[in-house]
Amino acid sequence: MMWIYEKKLQYPVRVSTCNPRLAKYLIEQYGGADGELAAALRYLNQRYTLPSKVIGLLNDIGTEELAHLEMIATMVYKLTKDATPEQLKEAGLEPHYVDHERALFYHNAAGVPFTATYIQAKGDPITDLYEDIAAEEKARATYQWIINMSDDPDLNDGLRFLREREIIHSQRFREAVEILKEERNQKKFF
Amino acid sequence: MKQMPKEYYERLEELQAVDFALVELTLYLDTHPTDYQAIQQFNQLAQKRRQLKKQFEAAYGPLEQFGHSYSNYPWNWDDTPWPWQV
Repeated sequence: MMWIYEKKLQYPVRVSTCNPRLAKYLIEQYGGADGELAAALRYLNQRYTLPSKVIGLLNDIGTEELAHLEMIATMVYKLTKDATPEQLKEAGLEPHYVDHERALFYHNAAGVPFTATYIQAKGDPITDLYEDIAAEEKARATYQWIINMSDDPDLNDGLRFLREREIIHSQRFREAVEILKEERNQKKFF
Repeated sequence: MKQMPKEYYERLEELQAVDFALVELTLYLDTHPTDYQAIQQFNQLAQKRRQLKKQFEAAYGPLEQFGHSYSNYPWNWDDTPWPWQV
């Protein structure tokens, strides 16, 4: 297994102002149940046992999710890097600060640490792909809820890009289901 | 941290735009492997991408390492800025 890191973001990330409260919401997409870490780990783990016709898709979407994880991390970093401890406290980030200072950590917006129980791998191809479609739709909804909470136009530009990517991924997974159904229907049983 | 010129951002965005089309085409072709026109477009953009990468790296240093880019002397892979610093 080998990935080559490229020293650039998938899409530019800009923020208008230091805003630790938005960072607190955004961490949901970093270490939350439907976040980018969960997505990358879900697909890159499922791909080993899925039928060959859909492995490439899982491999490539899983890889793109790692790029999204870096975008989220960049947003959180930029929203908090200049914040004073007082500002972090006002944003409700004091429990995070006492444990991690300004370091990022894989937990959700409520501070619950990341767990592998957020992802599934059943070994049944259609079941796993339905799980993946649902995961993309949940991530899309989460992006919408964060955008609804945000008044930062620069940040929202990046968030809208990520929201649109979830729609594309969901669409591609739906096509993968159809590919497997077609393959199944071609098999002859006597 | 190094201040990057306006041109850095323009050329980075140019590369990001081509790469976006390549990511889109990759996922699309994963489920539509016999779309000849899409494959033609993919190969054209892949070629353009190689040129853009070469030009970008000549101005701003390596984008990839592990041997996927060349290095200046001294080793310049770990020079700032990292992606979250721009």
